[in-house]
Amino acid sequence: MDRSLKLNPRLITFGWPLILLVAAVSFPLVFPNAAVDNVAILTLIFASLATSWNIFAGYTGYNALGHTVYFGFGAYTMALISVNQQLPGGFGLFLLVPVAGVVAALCAVPLGWISLRTRGHAFVVITLIAVFIFQLLAFNLRGITLGSTGIFLPAPGFALDWYFLPYYYVQLAILVLALLISWYIRSSRYGLWLLAIRDDEDRAEGLGVRTGAGKLSAFVISAFFTGMIGAMYAYFIGSIYPQYVFDPALSITLVLMAFLGGVGTLSGPVVGALILEIAQQYFSLNAQTGYYQIFLGALFLIIMLLLPRGIVRSLFRLWSAWRIRRGAGGSPVAPERPEQPERPAVAVERG
Amino acid sequence: MSLLEIHGVSKAFGGIRALDACSLTVEQGSITGLIGPNGSGKTTLFNVITGYERPDAGVVTFNGADITQATPSRIFGLGLGRTFQLVRIFPRLTVMENMHIAVQRSGIRALLSRWSAPHERARASELLDFVGLTHLADAPAENLSYGQKKLLEFAMILIAEPKVMLLDEPAGGVNPTLAAQLTERIKTLNQRGITFLVVEHNMQFVMSLCDKVAVMHRGTLLTEGDPQQIRGNPAVLEAYLGD
Amino acid sequence: MPFEFDPVTVLDAVLAGILTGTVYALMGMGLSLIFGVLDIIDVAQAGYVILAAYLSFFLQRSLHIDLFLGLLITIPLLFLLGIVVEVVFIRPIKRDRTQLSILITFGIGLVIEGVLGVFFGTTERELDAWYVTQGIKVGNFYIAYVYIFAFIMAVALIAVLFVLLYRTKFGRSVRALMQNRTAAQLIGINVERVSAITFAIGAALTAAGGMAYGATTPFNNNSWYDLITRLFAIIILGGLGSVQGALIGAIIMLVLSDVTAVVWSPVWSSAVFFAALVLLLLFRPQGLFGSLATRKQ
Repeated sequence: MDRSLKLNPRLITFGWPLILLVAAVSFPLVFPNAAVDNVAILTLIFASLATSWNIFAGYTGYNALGHTVYFGFGAYTMALISVNQQLPGGFGLFLLVPVAGVVAALCAVPLGWISLRTRGHAFVVITLIAVFIFQLLAFNLRGITLGSTGIFLPAPGFALDWYFLPYYYVQLAILVLALLISWYIRSSRYGLWLLAIRDDEDRAEGLGVRTGAGKLSAFVISAFFTGMIGAMYAYFIGSIYPQYVFDPALSITLVLMAFLGGVGTLSGPVVGALILEIAQQYFSLNAQTGYYQIFLGALFLIIMLLLPRGIVRSLFRLWSAWRIRRGAGGSPVAPERPEQPERPAVAVERG
Repeated sequence: MSLLEIHGVSKAFGGIRALDACSLTVEQGSITGLIGPNGSGKTTLFNVITGYERPDAGVVTFNGADITQATPSRIFGLGLGRTFQLVRIFPRLTVMENMHIAVQRSGIRALLSRWSAPHERARASELLDFVGLTHLADAPAENLSYGQKKLLEFAMILIAEPKVMLLDEPAGGVNPTLAAQLTERIKTLNQRGITFLVVEHNMQFVMSLCDKVAVMHRGTLLTEGDPQQIRGNPAVLEAYLGD
Repeated sequence: MPFEFDPVTVLDAVLAGILTGTVYALMGMGLSLIFGVLDIIDVAQAGYVILAAYLSFFLQRSLHIDLFLGLLITIPLLFLLGIVVEVVFIRPIKRDRTQLSILITFGIGLVIEGVLGVFFGTTERELDAWYVTQGIKVGNFYIAYVYIFAFIMAVALIAVLFVLLYRTKFGRSVRALMQNRTAAQLIGINVERVSAITFAIGAALTAAGGMAYGATTPFNNNSWYDLITRLFAIIILGGLGSVQGALIGAIIMLVLSDVTAVVWSPVWSSAVFFAALVLLLLFRPQGLFGSLATRKQ
């Protein structure tokens, strides 16, 4: 009796992520359709973005609306180096991805330090403004960024029958890495610090938590991943323009993904990204302009007002409640740290 | 020996003089009560001592070291813990996680390892047992009742093994049974060597617990003495009634 | 020398700044009022402005109603929209009001952007009227009539707003709420009703601002993003919650921006707003007339 119970939690905790990983790895091989793979790569990009955002904002509670800035830094780094150094396309260019990440992270140090001198709504506003600032700079510092003409990256030269595979697997690797780091942080003392900052920053500071260093380091780690993803995006799409890589709507979409799935959880951002990317593809193909924004905005409102815990957490709660009702032997199986149910910040008025 | 000394501390907010050349000493090993009518500056004094406010004038020393300008974090590291009038815990974390926040570890490696080491967990469990919250160890702190949250806050500080504990209205808003339990626990901890400075309005609580009582009025120390002396002191009565 | 300093053009810019600033003040005052009373930051105000511009566009193009006359329709319409938005989307927010309101109102703005895109597409529009294309020459300056009319309208509406705030019972309730929410409740002020009406007033003011904006700048459903920064810069400079501050802040910001456009380059005139915002948020978040301490609740 005792031994079988000990086996079960570990199997469930590590079992289904492994299954998902296997599924993800084999996906493009099973579905070599170009359109499908295209969507899959974009989904991975979104999922990684949402996960990186979560590392900072989900844990510390600082809703950064300006993470697109680091996406843009990464994209421009990749584009500018590959073009200015006249590098040939191919596998080699993937080596620039971590470089872009480092550049974005370095930029995040001063920018993060400045932004983090504010809190609450001032912080949200200042990070949002950063996107507009850098978009303006990208448009107007033509000497560096070529402005609105955009930059075209070297073609990768991959054969058509496996064209998408390198992008897919590199991006998958980035997502897995981000998820691992995210998970590791959660179970570490560092993660506890971040969560304490979210709940009561000054009290945490008074108990010895190094809040300044904690926030800034999480910010920089998050920016590192976001920058890498920007570089991947640039290489994958093949061209970048200021309004697409420094896009406030992208920032909002990121936030929505995290909230949709569940802020502060591991699977939440991935689930949110999946839903949103599929929706975006649907709208861009089947509907004229405008419907996607309506969908995005409406979804935002529905989630924030009615389902602030996000889909994953709500499902988890339903599942726990169901298990309790079924009278499963002993306490319900829970992962290493049970996902904390959040009191909704928005009270739905009852008649 | 005086563990905590406050000399001539003054603090004004705008036009209001919350503290006016206030002086107080807390002897090691004592349980000192701090009473006074509303607005006499008790919480402000706590804020100054623990670094949440900087005084306009005066000196605060702890164990001989000058902590007047020190940050709350450094003061806590020196061994001075404090609870708040309106209890401050971490609502979305579990009780056990709350307990681990104040655990003092040093070094980057310690930061990156698991949030709970076995000996830390053992100590946390021991303290939860001490305050009677063991059965709630995995509950989110926000689900606790007000009294339970106060106990949690109390235990959370203890895990860092403070030398002095400043308690801001520990019996406020709790039922008499809990208040009595609190008295017992404070006395036990005092016997183990922790010094206490307690702000309270509940006179019964103060009289049964403290071996010395200081009375504040209008931002400064009015008088001090043992509980019996204070109870019979007409000036103290006047301070409470006169305001 | 990238900087050109010609006194005549600078003076022209100052004048233009004052004229347009007053219109922006209308919108900024609404925003500040909303923050003061409801404790929320309504990002969607920029969206209402564009919505109002499109409404005026529609009324004029399809029904041939003059822009200013059309205000008689658009102002009440936006007032109603404000009531609906406040009751359905704002009132339920209980915790972390200010931060969450930014996200929620951003969602509302997105919906507006989408709806406008569906109905009007993304082509840039401009409001047209005789007073937009014709102007008056005063000495060396040329000012299109619309700027003057809009200025007069803005001044009139601002005056009405001040009268409302300082000479009516409703205005007293609003000011009481701005100072101390709980106390206001205790003396019998219907917080919910006053909040909803204040929000609606803020939205209604954008009807006028939107028309003026549309008559002076080409716009499409995407233009609300530009406006967000400008409006934020204005109200944070003036001080969140200070209606007079919004007025002064608007004029200062618009003058600075227009002067930068002529002295340096039009491209960098928006940078003025950004710089102001960042510096303010870092060093003086209460702006000119706001109070730093959290208001008593």
